[in-house]
Amino acid sequence: MSDTAQSEVQTGPVLAADGTPLKKSLGRALRLQKTRALMLIAPLLLFVLLSFIFPIGQMLWRSVENEMVSQTIPATVKELAKWDSAAEELPPEPAFEAMHFDLFLAAEAKAHTRLGSRLNYEQTGMSSLFRQAGRKIDDLGKDYQKEFAAVDPAWNDGAIWFELMRGEASAPRATAVSGEEARRVAVIIEKPIKAANAFAPSQEIATLLPLTARAYSDMANFMVFEDGDVVAGEKPWVSIYAALARDLESADVSGYSGPQADLLKAASGAEITPVVFKTAFAEMDEDWVDGETWRTIQTHARKVTPGYFLNAIDMQLTPDGAVSQPEDRQILITLFQRTLFMSLVIMGSCILLGYPIAWLLANLPMRQANLLLILVLLPFWTSLLVRTSAWKVLLQQQGVINDILVWLGMISDEGRLVMINNQFGTIVAMTHILLPFMILPTYSVMQTIPQTYLRAAKSLGATSWTAFWRVYFPQTIPGIGAGSILVFILAIGYYITPEIVGGTKGVFISNRIAYHISSSLNWGLAAALGTILLAVVLLLYWCYDKIVGIDNVKLG
Amino acid sequence: MAALTPIYRKPLSLVLPTVAASGAVVGLFFGTANGSGLLGIVIGAALVAALAFLYITLVKNERIAMYISLAVMVVLGVLFGGVPGIVLGLIFGWFFWWITFWLYEGRYRAKLLPYLTPGQVLWHYGFRVICGVIFFFLVAPLVPVMWLSFNAENFFTFTPEMLRFDPAGYSLKHYQDFFTNNEWQRSFKNSLIIAPIATIISVSLGTLAAIGLSQSHVPFRRAIMAILISPMIVPLIISATGMFFFYSQIGNWMEGTLGIDKNITGYIKVILAHAVLGIPFVIITVTATLVGFDRSLTRAAANMGANPVTAFFKVQMPLILPGVISGGLFAFITSFDEVVVVLFVGSAGQKTLPWQMFTGLREQISPTILAVATILVVFSIALLTTVEVLRRRSERLRGMSPS
Repeated sequence: MSDTAQSEVQTGPVLAADGTPLKKSLGRALRLQKTRALMLIAPLLLFVLLSFIFPIGQMLWRSVENEMVSQTIPATVKELAKWDSAAEELPPEPAFEAMHFDLFLAAEAKAHTRLGSRLNYEQTGMSSLFRQAGRKIDDLGKDYQKEFAAVDPAWNDGAIWFELMRGEASAPRATAVSGEEARRVAVIIEKPIKAANAFAPSQEIATLLPLTARAYSDMANFMVFEDGDVVAGEKPWVSIYAALARDLESADVSGYSGPQADLLKAASGAEITPVVFKTAFAEMDEDWVDGETWRTIQTHARKVTPGYFLNAIDMQLTPDGAVSQPEDRQILITLFQRTLFMSLVIMGSCILLGYPIAWLLANLPMRQANLLLILVLLPFWTSLLVRTSAWKVLLQQQGVINDILVWLGMISDEGRLVMINNQFGTIVAMTHILLPFMILPTYSVMQTIPQTYLRAAKSLGATSWTAFWRVYFPQTIPGIGAGSILVFILAIGYYITPEIVGGTKGVFISNRIAYHISSSLNWGLAAALGTILLAVVLLLYWCYDKIVGIDNVKLG
Repeated sequence: MAALTPIYRKPLSLVLPTVAASGAVVGLFFGTANGSGLLGIVIGAALVAALAFLYITLVKNERIAMYISLAVMVVLGVLFGGVPGIVLGLIFGWFFWWITFWLYEGRYRAKLLPYLTPGQVLWHYGFRVICGVIFFFLVAPLVPVMWLSFNAENFFTFTPEMLRFDPAGYSLKHYQDFFTNNEWQRSFKNSLIIAPIATIISVSLGTLAAIGLSQSHVPFRRAIMAILISPMIVPLIISATGMFFFYSQIGNWMEGTLGIDKNITGYIKVILAHAVLGIPFVIITVTATLVGFDRSLTRAAANMGANPVTAFFKVQMPLILPGVISGGLFAFITSFDEVVVVLFVGSAGQKTLPWQMFTGLREQISPTILAVATILVVFSIALLTTVEVLRRRSERLRGMSPS
């Protein structure tokens, strides 16, 4: 380049070939490059976010989520909020009334058993209490059905009821009541209901007979959207009669002129037994007039609860705050401790067994080391279940090891060792399974340490032990650290092997999670246990990242 | 330098006690098996020491000594244990002969540095023995599994016939059971459906993303990497729990709203779940391969008029293919070997081979599991070989020296 050209370039801004300033042009190219890279990553990132991160997040949410109570018995929860459980022994009558209608609808939708099992986690006996209530909740309504039918048999006719509740076709609708009830039925039957399609009682009836209008709307929506029936063609639910009886106690129907006005007036004038919901519940089961039952419901009506987490650490949420579980139910802390302890033992034995192997592999000539490496990789590549079944074959009481010991006469035939279905079995099998995860990172670190360091130390007068301990060993610590954390992370969340060889004494917290998912169906507790485990693992993962870096994870 | 170590014959005072000690150890086992351990130790030590003395002072010929040693031990083996005794006799006969001359001729020093003290030599070989025991611990558990899979009885334990190497004690009936039993065949088929499709999904998406990640300017690279690797880090039981809730909703939605058949929904759920689990392995192996990839090659291709797609398939892909395939194999084995997630997400229609083995191990114990296990071990040896070959090929392609 000539001198003149150079001075030209130096004076003005640097230009790219197409005349734009180089800075701008480079910036554009960089942006393009970034966008292209992101476009390549985007599909996978979205896939992982949606089908992995999101489900995990959902699980975290489920560990505190507690909407079931307030969704199944919303009116009761509202009434109970007004109840001062410290001052009064029992909630006031409106709460019993609300519970009656909530429970009736829930029983129709068969949601009351779910609620019962949910509350049973907190107080035993709740499950049977709710199941029994589902069977007996009709009793009260049936009495009133008979009473109204005695006044006029027309009360048994669904079509007449429909006419009464809907009012004139042109009458103004009670849209607020309609929308509210449509929403709560939709939640219970888990199907969407459009507000426009929902049943709407007439405004007049809704003000005159508020309870009946609500109960009837619930019934109508349930029949149409869940059962697919025509409301006018069905016999009304018995709870409607109880509602009507309660409404008529205070309503003045003399001014009513809509459809079926005579029928209603006749009923209003007749002698109808006053409704006391509290008595009705007391007849179902005396636990319903026990303040403890109601306090439990009140305590667990919150939409977000720390209850599952408290359960996960052997505590429970009671009306008086968080307290320890009774002694016989305290197992989870022990299980967490055992999981940590056994993972540490497994990690320790992996270090003990893995270190010599890694040292040998790193110090042998390449060809021999590769051959021996195959012996490490073979179990690594073999199916987990194959290795687990191998240990079952070896360790069981009629297994290979016991057979050999008996044959050698070291133990008698009756005195066969119990090596499976306990902690020993789990530790041995898992050490075997996780050993390659210790050997491989340690080996890769040791490969980078020159042999000459040891010789130099020795030539300076160190004994073999000093040379190893002061010179070689400190350099291998990153490898041991990486391997240990890897083994520990894997061990702490193991499920399959403890399940098969662990019996009852050798299982981990993950087995408990699986139990709550598939057997006890206490998903909230499973989610809370999972969240705690996840937190521990992420903490360790963070350490791993600090020590090794995620990018440096190597396979095989 | 090792060759410089002088080798000379060792005195009998070193050879005989050492050899006697090894004889005593073996004698202890046979002694306890036949009644008296102490007697076994004494006889074993005396016998082996006497034989060694005989070889060294009288026979003086290694080959003849070997025949004597083998003959004596085989005769002893037949006397005590019948047919298996012959095998043990051959092994021990060879071993005692070898260790006698190895010590006597001083061969154990041949490959060591000349200045090592006897203690260091002892430690050197002691260390090898320890490592041998650990390798034994690693590999040996698989042997009884394979052996027992040929059992003629429906037991998990060795029968006397098997130990006598009696052909009547062996059969292929468990293999036959695996290939004819509907339950096993269905689960095998399910595994063969689920694993390859999941692998294809994770490999195709994973390779694309790995190429994106290996560009020089990627915003939020660490965060993205952490998210993509997370399925490998999060314990399976937690992933399974999360997916259990998620996929039951997805399944309901697909069945209810889209009207897809229940069985197909089940497969889709399991395949998607497994694809996510395989992704970290693909990402890790492919990014590792891309580190060594020479970017100027794609630039050269672009220079010669190739559009990015052509450049990718004609230039980049063939070079990173080994990494892609070994990532794919990892993803495949992850899905093929996975129990927890399929147990939670799938239904009975999607029962895979590991699931079937898992229930088999937990409930009814049938040796068919061992036959399947043996087949899987053979399968994993094949996979291991493939990955190893690919790794070497990849290193060669990247211009590193093959190890």
